[in-house]
Amino acid sequence: MKTYGLAAGIAATFSILSTSSALAVTEINWWHAMTGANNEVVETLSKEFNESQSDYKVVPVFKGTYPETLNAGIAAFRANQAPHIIQVFDVGTGVMMAAEGAVKPVAEILSMGGKQFDKSQYLPGIVAYYSKPDGTMLSFPYNSSSPILYYNKDIFEKAGLDVDNPPKTWPEVFEAAKKIKSSGAAQCGYTSTWLTWIHLENFAAWNNVSYGTNENGLASTDVELKINAPIYAEHFQQIADLAKDDTFRYGGRTSEAKQLFLSGECGIFTESSGGLGDVIKSGLNYGLGQLPYEPSAEGAPQNTTPGGASLWVFGGKSDEEYQAVAAFFNFLSQTDIQARLHQVSGYLPVTLEAYEATKESGFYEKNPGREIPIQQMMGKEPTENSRGVRLVNLPQVRDIQNEEFEKMLAGQQTAQQALDNAVSRGNAAIQQAIGN
Amino acid sequence: MSPRVTFPNKLLPYLLLAPQLAITIVFFYWPASQALRQSLLREDPFGLQSTFVGLANFRRVLNDPNYINAVQVTVIFSIATAFLAMALALLLAVMADKIIRGRGIYRTLLIWPYAVAPAIAGMLWLFMFNPAMGTFAYMLRSAGFGWDPLLNGPQAMTLVIAAAAWKQISYNFLFFVAGLQAIPKTLIEAAAIDGAGENKRFWTIVFPLLAPTTFFLLVINTTYAFFDTFGIIHAVTGGGPGKATETLVYKVYNDGFVNLILGDSAAQSVILMIIVIALTAIQFRYVEKKVHYG
Repeated sequence: MKTYGLAAGIAATFSILSTSSALAVTEINWWHAMTGANNEVVETLSKEFNESQSDYKVVPVFKGTYPETLNAGIAAFRANQAPHIIQVFDVGTGVMMAAEGAVKPVAEILSMGGKQFDKSQYLPGIVAYYSKPDGTMLSFPYNSSSPILYYNKDIFEKAGLDVDNPPKTWPEVFEAAKKIKSSGAAQCGYTSTWLTWIHLENFAAWNNVSYGTNENGLASTDVELKINAPIYAEHFQQIADLAKDDTFRYGGRTSEAKQLFLSGECGIFTESSGGLGDVIKSGLNYGLGQLPYEPSAEGAPQNTTPGGASLWVFGGKSDEEYQAVAAFFNFLSQTDIQARLHQVSGYLPVTLEAYEATKESGFYEKNPGREIPIQQMMGKEPTENSRGVRLVNLPQVRDIQNEEFEKMLAGQQTAQQALDNAVSRGNAAIQQAIGN
Repeated sequence: MSPRVTFPNKLLPYLLLAPQLAITIVFFYWPASQALRQSLLREDPFGLQSTFVGLANFRRVLNDPNYINAVQVTVIFSIATAFLAMALALLLAVMADKIIRGRGIYRTLLIWPYAVAPAIAGMLWLFMFNPAMGTFAYMLRSAGFGWDPLLNGPQAMTLVIAAAAWKQISYNFLFFVAGLQAIPKTLIEAAAIDGAGENKRFWTIVFPLLAPTTFFLLVINTTYAFFDTFGIIHAVTGGGPGKATETLVYKVYNDGFVNLILGDSAAQSVILMIIVIALTAIQFRYVEKKVHYG
């Protein structure tokens, strides 16, 4: 805390010195968690916004990983030093929503910018996830992604699989993985990042099965988990069985498994569409496919839920500062900016216009597969199972699930046991978090 | 004993103590009292609402099977780390003491790893032994050994113990070398003349005379294993797989900063504080009695 204060003090001194010639400029801070190529995008956007007008200035500050950024924001809020804008990852949404006195709804801010806020111009699936049950949009969707399937075409060819038709369902994925392993085309058939996000939260939405009561937590914070239903248990038992001989390889709780795919050790891979940049950079001969679904599930595939992060605005700032934030968000919503963001990063465009513009530009014809994450999310009208998962302590619940999965993959328990434990421990944690 | 020095001015001694006291108050008593206060409250992450709940947080923590698990993990981890770090350092110090040519170089090289920050030490070991990218992990796997610390608890534990001990060996080495130099050569030579072999000389003369150093290092290494190894665990395993490497300190961090349950986390740090105070007190009360200070 001390060093934060000191650093902030120094930063403030510098900014006073540097902006003393133009005192009228309203400065707003944007704390974010973007690294590498995505960090460059943040810097470029801020620079372009600052140069586009002379009343406001956005100062982006990198605050570490997603959880670190959220913690820094919370600590700063408690010390009355909160930034104006903070980037919070999808699972932190419930945490922010529960803190009604600390945040200012983005819908309110956008209408302060002079323009009437029109929700319909944003992608419905994304907006719904970042809105209160009554429909008020609380945060600004900045980078949204959706899990998709990546596969290594060279390995597919060696294993005698159809290079142009990636597996569409989970049984097909498992079959292909076995074939890759048994033919010796690669050491491992299939791996995945984020088991919790892809194989539970999106698995539920995509196959239209319940993750938890009360519309997976969107209708109320009091949620009972349903992830030990037979469809989940069968799915995870197959993965556990494949893990025994390394047909499935576990990489870690977050995106570590990407390395296993990029190094050519595994032939099939499920990961966020936001991870595309690294796959392209690696020079791998890759192909893309839809997230696999469970053919026995009725109505599958339904739609996927957004991952990624959104921008939240802290309360207790002056009107002038909120106008600056509004101006910045309106700048970000511009079609050409959204279209560029989408094409550079693999994240989804936030507005419908940006999607249409990208379509018209012929980008998807030149880059087949890049439309998949949007189609997955927009394909069908969402049901109460597929609008997303929102828990006040989703990070903690995910940790519990990961711990149980690790014990399952190590052969210490069956899939049913792992999921039963995850449900009972998760339910207890949720009850504690909502104060019962 | 020289006569006691007294200051003519009554205020001066307090003034001289003030900087040290100020540091202790700001960096220990103040945060510790905050933890104590927080441990009795139930609060949301943003501090918007807080209620006094008495000892409910402590009750919940102590009834949590995961907390008991963290205690067990910490005991295994601390004993293994402290023992390994001290035993290897002593061995290296005794060996380095025997070398006559190039002594300085050996010592300098052995002290270097101490300059490595815990998180970086963790990353080094991770790069070597991570099943997805580690060189040694690749060699182990191709040799037919099922190396997978991502899923295998005991292997993950071995990895963090090795990394934590490796990092501390240099520090211990430094003190053992100094301790060895303080042992009069005449004693050892006399024993040699009396026909005591090298082993005998070590266990009956050198080791007992090193006791003050060993005791000091025992205290330091225990606190090190309890607190300073956070960076290594965070970088290497993140407490996993399952909860196989979740020590008490890691659990405080995880519950407080990842799961945002501030009350439980504060209660755990208060318990941890009590444990370490008790441990140090026991060490001074009982173990120190067996130590001879020259």
